[in-house]
Amino acid sequence: MSQEFAIVAHNLTRRFGSLTAVDHVSLHVPRAQIYGFLGPNGSGKSTTIRMLCGLLTPSEGDATVLGYNIPGQVSTLRHKIGYMTQRFSLYEDLTTIENLRFIASVYCVPHREARESIESALERYELRDLMQQRAGTLSGGQRQRLSLAAATLHRPELLLLDEPTSAVDPQSRRDFWAILFQLASEGTTILVSTHYMDEAERCHNLAILNHGVVVANGTPLDLEKRIGVSVVEIGAKSPAQVNSLLSAQSGILSVAQLGALMRVLVAHSIKNPVEYLQGLLQTLEGDVEITLTHPNLEDVFVVATQGGYAGVLA
Amino acid sequence: MKCYSRLYAIISKEVLQLRRDRLTLGLIVGIPFLQIMLFGYAINTDVRHLRGAVADLSNTSLSRQLVTNAEATQVMDVVMRADSAEQLESWLKAGRVVMGLYIPNDFDRRVAQGTRAAAQLLVDGSDPVVLGAARQLAQLDIRYDTARQMPHPLSFIEVRTHYNPERRSAVNIVPALIGVILTMTMVLFTAVAIVRERERGNLELLINTPVTTFELMLGKIIPYIVIGLLQVTIILLLGVFVFSVPINGTLFDIYFASLIFIAANLTLGLLLSTLAKTQFQAMQMTFIFFLPSILLSGFMFPFDGMPKPAQYIAEILPMTHFVRIIRGIVLRGAEVFQLSQELWALAAFAVMTMSLALLRFRKRLD
Repeated sequence: MSQEFAIVAHNLTRRFGSLTAVDHVSLHVPRAQIYGFLGPNGSGKSTTIRMLCGLLTPSEGDATVLGYNIPGQVSTLRHKIGYMTQRFSLYEDLTTIENLRFIASVYCVPHREARESIESALERYELRDLMQQRAGTLSGGQRQRLSLAAATLHRPELLLLDEPTSAVDPQSRRDFWAILFQLASEGTTILVSTHYMDEAERCHNLAILNHGVVVANGTPLDLEKRIGVSVVEIGAKSPAQVNSLLSAQSGILSVAQLGALMRVLVAHSIKNPVEYLQGLLQTLEGDVEITLTHPNLEDVFVVATQGGYAGVLA
Repeated sequence: MKCYSRLYAIISKEVLQLRRDRLTLGLIVGIPFLQIMLFGYAINTDVRHLRGAVADLSNTSLSRQLVTNAEATQVMDVVMRADSAEQLESWLKAGRVVMGLYIPNDFDRRVAQGTRAAAQLLVDGSDPVVLGAARQLAQLDIRYDTARQMPHPLSFIEVRTHYNPERRSAVNIVPALIGVILTMTMVLFTAVAIVRERERGNLELLINTPVTTFELMLGKIIPYIVIGLLQVTIILLLGVFVFSVPINGTLFDIYFASLIFIAANLTLGLLLSTLAKTQFQAMQMTFIFFLPSILLSGFMFPFDGMPKPAQYIAEILPMTHFVRIIRGIVLRGAEVFQLSQELWALAAFAVMTMSLALLRFRKRLD
């Protein structure tokens, strides 16, 4: 089991007082893959990650990480995982190189090995020019590269990244993901939380969290296939009118505007969605153009967080 | 897995950060300088040169001799001369003088009879220190000229002052200042140390590494032990060269006692650090602790004069024990092991607070 999966969790639950932040989450995270947690803020992504690395004790349920039970065997596990916090958590008053050296010694990386690790990290994460710069003066993207460099110095088998790209520009995000794929191909398992669709789409596997519950999981493609709704695009001169005509109609799950287009999610119970919509929009005859299209991950997310997906996939 | 680089890593990181923290560095050196100058010069319980007035209604050679003697004590400077007791009192009330010497016109006769007080000293007793100084004047004796010498009254008790014959306050205050300054800086620095890491988010990363709680705490303490000993040195140097405080004990004893006292304060700081949620709270807690340390430890007021409950509280404070030790060593030339009871009290305090800090600090967020 532990050969195949880096993380196996059963009914992981965490309560803070009367609030249940994580509600019976079960996970199977395959090794050497990128596994994504997609969910809105407050959906329990961070809490789940913190439980998996032993920072929080689960209120209920159990989990095995890299074959170790948590929280019981956490101290052994700590040598094998790398954790990147949501907030920049290295020392802002230390330089890049001082931070890296500190983390290397804290992880007990032997001196010679540490020097090599730091050298190659400076190259891989393009930090050489920033070596003598204090971390507090680095930009968002630079800080994030430094954090990842620090989290991987001891060559962990598992990386837990908590919203690593939330304060980073698009180009830096692309570069960051390129590095993640490289790490995965070298055998590192990566668990990453995000609220960006484009990032979620890159993951090998995905769990969508909402209010502490896994509402859907699978590969992005699989999730799109199993969505259980039809996606229709409507080109319209006055999107507001379309919106008012469609809202609160039965079988319409969501109406969203994307520039001049309206994206409408229609339940599978409607056999012919295009005809159905034409009927509803009769008054706008001639002003609208209705086409059936493929679902994307955002549609999956919308359906899942509205509770429509649980019935389909549970 | 045994690993010694972790403790070293924490220590060197702490030193690096400290070197870049100019304000803290300034405090390390500035607080001893400032405090020793303030306490050494301004706080003086041995009061001299009080403003006084004299109303000499007798104006004989004997009365003039009394005034001269009173001035010779340096307790009183005669700045004004009044012609009646009423005038003396009004000046006293107006605060123009703090004491007035009233010599009635039958002064000589009263002295000769020896049955009633011959003169009167009016004192503004609202400040007990002034009152105490004025009492010294009451001890003055006066003699007629040699031809009619009177029998000189003998006191029952003769007071011999040991260890500080000149009665200079600095001699008493400076050694104990080591305690004040160490209590203030050591507790504050460590109280803030862990809270700061929590506030800045460093702790979430740090507790997820293999660092143990003990290594973390020890690594935070060790640099400050060195700083504490540095402060002791500054205070001793200033004490000896600026205030001529005699050091009767050995330096080894002083540093040894200081070391244990520093440890007690640092561990207390760590404990506060695990209790406080913000740096501001940590500072507030430090001051809650600092005030009784100054007031009850015997640094400012004699321990034996305090009511019992205050004495019990004082016994808990490390400062109380340290003030006893350091005054013993510096002023009386005692050896540190003659004061082993106080040393044990300090050591017990350090061990207890450290254990509590270790117990309270969890490598978890919940």
